[in-house]
Amino acid sequence: MRAAVDAGTEGIIGECGGAAMCGTCHVLIEEPWVDRLPLFSQNEDDMLECTAAPRQANSRLACQLRMTDDLNGLELKMPERQR
Amino acid sequence: MSTAAAQVPHVDVDPFSDEMIDEPYSMHEVVREAGPVAYIPKYDLIVVARHAECQSVLTNWETFISSAGVGLANFRHEAPFRPKSILLEADPPDHTVVRTVISRIMSPKNLQQLRDRFEAEAVTMVDRALEKRTVEGVKDIAEYFPLKVFPDAVGLETEGRENLLLYGDMVFNALGPRNELFERSMEKYKPVSSWIMDHCKREALRPGGLGHLIYESADKGEITVDQASMLVRSFLSAGVDTTIGGIANTLLTLARHPGEYAKLHANPTIARQTFEEALRYESIVQTIFRTTAKPTEIAGVEIGEDRKVLTLLGSANRDPRKWTDPDRFNVERNPVGHLVFGAGIHGCVGQMIARMEGEIVLRTLAKRVKEIRLAAPHQRHLNNSLRAMRSLPLELVPA
Repeated sequence: MRAAVDAGTEGIIGECGGAAMCGTCHVLIEEPWVDRLPLFSQNEDDMLECTAAPRQANSRLACQLRMTDDLNGLELKMPERQR
Repeated sequence: MSTAAAQVPHVDVDPFSDEMIDEPYSMHEVVREAGPVAYIPKYDLIVVARHAECQSVLTNWETFISSAGVGLANFRHEAPFRPKSILLEADPPDHTVVRTVISRIMSPKNLQQLRDRFEAEAVTMVDRALEKRTVEGVKDIAEYFPLKVFPDAVGLETEGRENLLLYGDMVFNALGPRNELFERSMEKYKPVSSWIMDHCKREALRPGGLGHLIYESADKGEITVDQASMLVRSFLSAGVDTTIGGIANTLLTLARHPGEYAKLHANPTIARQTFEEALRYESIVQTIFRTTAKPTEIAGVEIGEDRKVLTLLGSANRDPRKWTDPDRFNVERNPVGHLVFGAGIHGCVGQMIARMEGEIVLRTLAKRVKEIRLAAPHQRHLNNSLRAMRSLPLELVPA
């Protein structure tokens, strides 16, 4: 989320700055990567019910994904809207 | 003094003196430019004032813990002035349980249900203000939502709500040193302390409010009844003075920048972003602390275990390393990433309701008011950690 915001990426708002409070850094993870990400917290799970575009099976909050070497090459899509 | 203090630049400043609370920006620059980490001898204190280091301290909760207090006092060595907050002054895993409950209650989905009521209240407020034309910006506008609309939403009774101001003032003073500001606010708070605690109880809160939602989590066994009462206390201490000051600072800033207000008046849909930029420009919360749980380093500087670290949020929000032209109030800026709500797992849990209050107040004003003018000089209310306002006489020119 922070990388996207710092790069001025259209379609990621990240209004709460990464506290998993706003649901405006919603992303859709491409199939091969879905199972390679860290598991949800209950908090992220709750917040994904609050996103502007409806949640899908591959929905995550970008602010809860800490980038590591294992995630190098991660592919994701933006939902239609964030608010 | 630890070895860390010998390595880092010393800055001879007192962020908690009356002068620095009233006008902190020169002090911010001194600390920020001294280095990524500095040392304040008066309080034997490590301080970070740049955006990157503040953000890194706030998000690295494993090393920079909250359970030893988020003020100057180190709870490992001195007793807290009140029973510790189970939210603010706690670490995972204990923190995670209550944070999950309160986050769900304060989620955008739940808050959306309050929006219509909030918007109707804003119209009433602006109607009254425009009738007067010259208003006291703190009482007539800034306090209206945090003292009326927000406590209504929590389910608090109407009588005695001004007690919340005394409580909030004391709590935020208590994050600083035991100076005169703290002592005075503690004296004023004492007579109302039982009122506050009584109003955290379930029977004191109206059914259907946010307070009752917390108790319903206790019914489900997610938290205990005692924890529910403590979480209501968090609402009452953290959700009032902060939002009042945030809105008051925004009004002052808009009155001082008529060109920027004109942009908002021409396009009220930028109200949310305008509030956000005003929060960055004059940070209502200026200071918050962490404590090192183990020896660590910040920007290559070694810091020992059990050290208090002060993050200067207002300074981070004007750090030229992060922001272009940081001392300029610019409603067209994208201010995402400012630290006025903190960051990471302890990021303000009420930030979405605070944003909604600020946005609705500003948007409603922007539609109906052509100009906001300072009718007389404003006066700050001094508090150890808040950039608060006592008086803000404003003239509103109707559209």
